[in-house]
Amino acid sequence: MTPLQLVFLLTAALTLVAAFRVVTTRNLVHAALWLVVTLFGVAVLFVLLNAPFLAVVQVVVYIGAIAVLFIFAIMLTRREMRDQGAQLNKGWWAAALVSLLTFGGLFWLTRSWDGFTRTAAPLPTGQDTLSALGKALVSPDAFVLPFEIASVLLLAALVGAVYVAYREK
Amino acid sequence: MDSALILEWVIKSAILIFVLLTGFAYLTLFERRALARIQVRIGPNRAGPFGLLQPVADGLKLIFKEELTPAEADKVLFTLAPVVTVVPALILAAVIPWGRDVTLFGRQVSLSVADLNVGVLYIMAVSSIAVYGIVLAGWSSNNKYALLGGLRSSAQMISYELALGLAFVPAILLADSMRMVDIVEAQHPWWFVVIQPVGTAIFLIATLAEVNRAPFDMPEAEQELTAGYHTEYSGMKFALFFMAEYAKMIVISSIAATLFFGGYLGPGVDRYPWLGPLYLFIKIVILLFGMIWLRATFPRIRYDRLMAFGWKVLLPLALAVTFITALGIVLEMLWLIPVLSLAAGLFTVAMVHRALRRKAYARA
Amino acid sequence: MVDAWLYIGLFLLVGIVIPGMAIMISWLVAPRKPNPVKQSPYECGVETVGESRVQFKAQYYIFTLVFLVFDVETVFLFPWAVALGKLPLFVALEGIVFILILVAGLVYAWRKGMLEWV
Repeated sequence: MTPLQLVFLLTAALTLVAAFRVVTTRNLVHAALWLVVTLFGVAVLFVLLNAPFLAVVQVVVYIGAIAVLFIFAIMLTRREMRDQGAQLNKGWWAAALVSLLTFGGLFWLTRSWDGFTRTAAPLPTGQDTLSALGKALVSPDAFVLPFEIASVLLLAALVGAVYVAYREK
Repeated sequence: MDSALILEWVIKSAILIFVLLTGFAYLTLFERRALARIQVRIGPNRAGPFGLLQPVADGLKLIFKEELTPAEADKVLFTLAPVVTVVPALILAAVIPWGRDVTLFGRQVSLSVADLNVGVLYIMAVSSIAVYGIVLAGWSSNNKYALLGGLRSSAQMISYELALGLAFVPAILLADSMRMVDIVEAQHPWWFVVIQPVGTAIFLIATLAEVNRAPFDMPEAEQELTAGYHTEYSGMKFALFFMAEYAKMIVISSIAATLFFGGYLGPGVDRYPWLGPLYLFIKIVILLFGMIWLRATFPRIRYDRLMAFGWKVLLPLALAVTFITALGIVLEMLWLIPVLSLAAGLFTVAMVHRALRRKAYARA
Repeated sequence: MVDAWLYIGLFLLVGIVIPGMAIMISWLVAPRKPNPVKQSPYECGVETVGESRVQFKAQYYIFTLVFLVFDVETVFLFPWAVALGKLPLFVALEGIVFILILVAGLVYAWRKGMLEWV
């Protein structure tokens, strides 16, 4: 086992455990913090996949902004930080069965796919992937339309936030 | 990856951490002495010659102090919060290049420890994590002052993070790279502070707010918040918050020096690469003195005005500066950048001045 | 490339160990004599009234929402900034259009009074 595989396994385990704690912990602030750990684990996975840009974006946007928003929302709306209700309802066994079946089905379907055993082609050396990404974002023959639409989408999100969250004084 | 490389890493990290920790200790002394001189006092001069043992004495005292934990505090998070605050301050230092490659014991040693191609974004990512220590400390203490102080500080940090992030963009635009080494090397004839003075000013102001220093020092707004998010902290845990603040000051000054003041560049570096770390050190000390001087000079800014300044002054100005830099590069007229951005900066100052005179600053 | 990140991972571990050790050492050597008065929340000597985890202004939430939008925008600008010098004029302007659309958003939020703290 190479050191990288070890790092991957540890990160994957951490991510899964943290994700599990997000749903099981009763304290809402703790749940939000476990979510941060999960998101961080995903960022490490991006690094291992040789996608450092996505990794830092994951940290900046998800951990640095979205999770902070969650924490503020929890503190703003809840007086009681503990969730009192039962964590399972009567249909839990049905849900477990369905998810198990789905997992089994997916596993069976993808079993013969050769993507799992194929090793990825090495990245072309000496090429600046960031610069390529920047070019692709704005060149007319690549992603300029999604790029500008993303901007409009962000604008729409902002207007929506203003409308929902702000009352005229 | 051979074992010699790993040994090299271990040595370099040890040196870096050692420099940061002693730097933090002596920065506290430097600040107290400098502030004292500015206020026509003498400052701590009893422990050792010129008070040089004062940080050691403070450290020893804090280790042996009893730590109080409020009865209803969230114990785990209460302990975790100081650690979470210190970690970003330390790991930011990993990407700062100290100099060009040097030959040591017949080995090519790179003085830029972690040369990431997303270096600048890494800095932004780590500084966005720094909010958590403050939120956690404020929330876990089970104290009204701590909660309000923590929220205020974190809202302040995220507000100024936007201006900080946008202030990185001119440097990237001018260097065509996010790699710290490339940014330093791109400043060879002209430092970026010359090409983009307003961007540099925005960066410096935003970093002050990021490290919660005067005049943006909400945690120290005693009259309203006691001590803000670290009200309930004592002993070693308090010392860790203190350490995070000063380590962050050092790191952020070195980032400012790297991005805008030519980093390790200086006369003679081409021939003697060992001069690089020395130049960087001198630049960091000058920037740190600037931060201390600001603390001695400016009164604390009121919270609503602080938010208004971040969102209505710094953010639009940072957007304008990005716009101007991009324009100058696209039109291939670099002289246009300082001229236009200085004009924009002066215009902003004039507008703020007018708004203040109308006493409608918050609503302007 | 991953090498540099391994180094950062190493540094992260060291960064966690150092404050952890500081807390451990102090836990070992510092005295611990808790009593109810010491452990009560500090409110300048006045008795605590009501819940300590008070609810606060909605403004914090609103500012975070606006922050999120601009944070995503800033992140989009970074790769564009890296590539700008190698782009033809017309294509470089696309990024500027991107900025302008968001400036419109900022102006809207400002006009609607979202950026008022009080």
